[in-house]
Amino acid sequence: MIEVDVEALGVRALNERFHRLPPETNERLWKITNPKGAHALAVGLDRTLTIEIEGHVGYYCAGMNKQAEITINGHAGPGLAENIMSGVVRVKGNASQSAAASGRGGLVVIEGDASSRCGISMKGVDIVVGGSVGHMSAFMAQAGHLVVCGNAGAHLGDSIYEAVIYVGGEVASLGSDCVEKPMTEKHREKLKQLLASAGLSARPERFRRFGSARQLYNFKVDHAAQY
Amino acid sequence: MPRSTKAKPADAAAVANPAGHREHASFPPVVIAEIQRAAREGIYDIRGLGAKRRLPTFDDLIFLGASISRYPLEGYREKCATNVTIGTRYAKKPIELKIPITIAGMSFGSLSANAKEALGRAASEMGTSTTTGDGGMTEEERRASKTLVYQVLPSRYGHDPDHMRRCEAIEVVVGQGAKPGGGGMLLGLKVTERVAGMRTLPVGIDQRSACRHPDWTGPDDLEIKIAELREVTDWDKPIYVKVGATRVKYDVALAVKAGADAVVVDGMQGGTGATQEVFIEHVGIPTLPAVRQAVEALQELDMHRKVQLIVSGGLRNGADVAKALALGADAVSIGTAALMALNCNAPLFLEDYAKLGTAPGYCHHCQTGRCPVGVTTQDPKLEARLDPDLAAHRVRNYLSTLVLETQTLARACGKSHVHNLEPEDLAALTVEAAAMAGVPLAGTDWIPGRGGR
Repeated sequence: MIEVDVEALGVRALNERFHRLPPETNERLWKITNPKGAHALAVGLDRTLTIEIEGHVGYYCAGMNKQAEITINGHAGPGLAENIMSGVVRVKGNASQSAAASGRGGLVVIEGDASSRCGISMKGVDIVVGGSVGHMSAFMAQAGHLVVCGNAGAHLGDSIYEAVIYVGGEVASLGSDCVEKPMTEKHREKLKQLLASAGLSARPERFRRFGSARQLYNFKVDHAAQY
Repeated sequence: MPRSTKAKPADAAAVANPAGHREHASFPPVVIAEIQRAAREGIYDIRGLGAKRRLPTFDDLIFLGASISRYPLEGYREKCATNVTIGTRYAKKPIELKIPITIAGMSFGSLSANAKEALGRAASEMGTSTTTGDGGMTEEERRASKTLVYQVLPSRYGHDPDHMRRCEAIEVVVGQGAKPGGGGMLLGLKVTERVAGMRTLPVGIDQRSACRHPDWTGPDDLEIKIAELREVTDWDKPIYVKVGATRVKYDVALAVKAGADAVVVDGMQGGTGATQEVFIEHVGIPTLPAVRQAVEALQELDMHRKVQLIVSGGLRNGADVAKALALGADAVSIGTAALMALNCNAPLFLEDYAKLGTAPGYCHHCQTGRCPVGVTTQDPKLEARLDPDLAAHRVRNYLSTLVLETQTLARACGKSHVHNLEPEDLAALTVEAAAMAGVPLAGTDWIPGRGGR
């Protein structure tokens, strides 16, 4: 394991070091200490690295991640793993706004709570939240899955496209064009698989499924009030 | 199908009005037609291109050529340089353009692949850049473009860090002149399998997109966002911030504060592939005052020529380019005019214009995807009407003409580099233009609004 004090090295030097690793690198296990809320930590990675960050991180940690498995032993600021392409990003604590925004693949696990706009514009990422999510989560969600073991704030799934949302607790309200859909065996299996890959042990039986009513897919006069 | 058939030759009204009936100033035929269209359809009109209304423009300025008090350069012997470097503030690898005219961001989806390829090839041959658009980068445009600017947009459709790593510069799009404060739109006819695949959307839907970025709000966040983009690309690439022209002084100052290498200011004449007409015509300020306000913001921060200013929005000819540069822009960007060089609104395939309820010279139906000349379409049959070889050649010729015209004017003012043009070389023909551009009304030393006058 390679241990780096990011306060001493600096974020820029650390990111450059990650980016310069050749595909066949042996430097695969990393521990990052003293993040102290630094922004843009471990962004733009594209190697199968395993990285543990010991402490809280600021904005955009693990942004645009490919392949790497990044664990934050602390809380995360806004835009955690934004536009993630692949790999796994896990936060042991809570995540601020817009977690996994526009993520296109991979898995983001937030063991605590996520703030508002979790999964906004998501495009294929799977997000599993152990706690609750704030308002406007999965806004304009296009593809992928958002699993919320706790409660969801107001306007869940507003203007949603083809993403699928599972919520274990209460939903404050649904956004435009987001509706509850039946939980079939197929969906329960998918949910079990997502919970298992996140390593969370919620009971799949208590979850409800939400998705798009597809009423906003074509501009129609009758829906003007919803736009 | 088109929602509107209101575009008609100007003399149609006269033909329909042989008795000389008095036209209503508030309700001319075009307004009546729009009211009746709205009554029929119950939804706003969506169209392409930019503001069509009459506005104060660069045409309202003229150059004060050299004479006794200044001497000109010999047109055919003395050099008038046109090169520009963008990204000198922070980027490790600034981009060097041979001409100060770039191709603006227009999406694949909105434009056909042939159109994107032709623009890329023409720009590369001229030593300038072209720009991606909503929906991400296509291999065709990457191959065709030597210098490619990659846009980071609110929708993040197709956003890919590999594409960011493969571009020469990054443009964070906050807004565009056709719709400052509005999000993207692409109507179902253009959301083909390929476009839908790139954007992760169901095929054939009317795409709605966000008007705000998903992961930042306001100037303080933008600063952190720009820092993230720099970190992802190891501080190599220039990062532009593009805004639609509204509160230009504040927006430019905030973009500079947020760490931009370059600011792109797009006036209200700037085009769009599909936007509500009410938005196109009624939001934003014209390009003319936007340039001056952007330059003032940069000068107040002592950042003029350090953070490059790229101006766009309805520029058409070398005179427009030269005037924008004289007011202080480092470069300009063209979109609509480049499409017209491709053949937009050319008098070809007249029956297909008629099917759209329009005619060459009046067409703005990019949103339908039924572009008669194959520029703004995803239909293979229509797209085949645009030969990328011939189209690239036309755009290259057009860019060459712009450069020659710009140099002609610069030499007449005695400038050995187009960047040496200055506001002092200009006078205004109207009081409005004098006030907006901050140059004197011709024949006076009066700049309305300056010095308490």
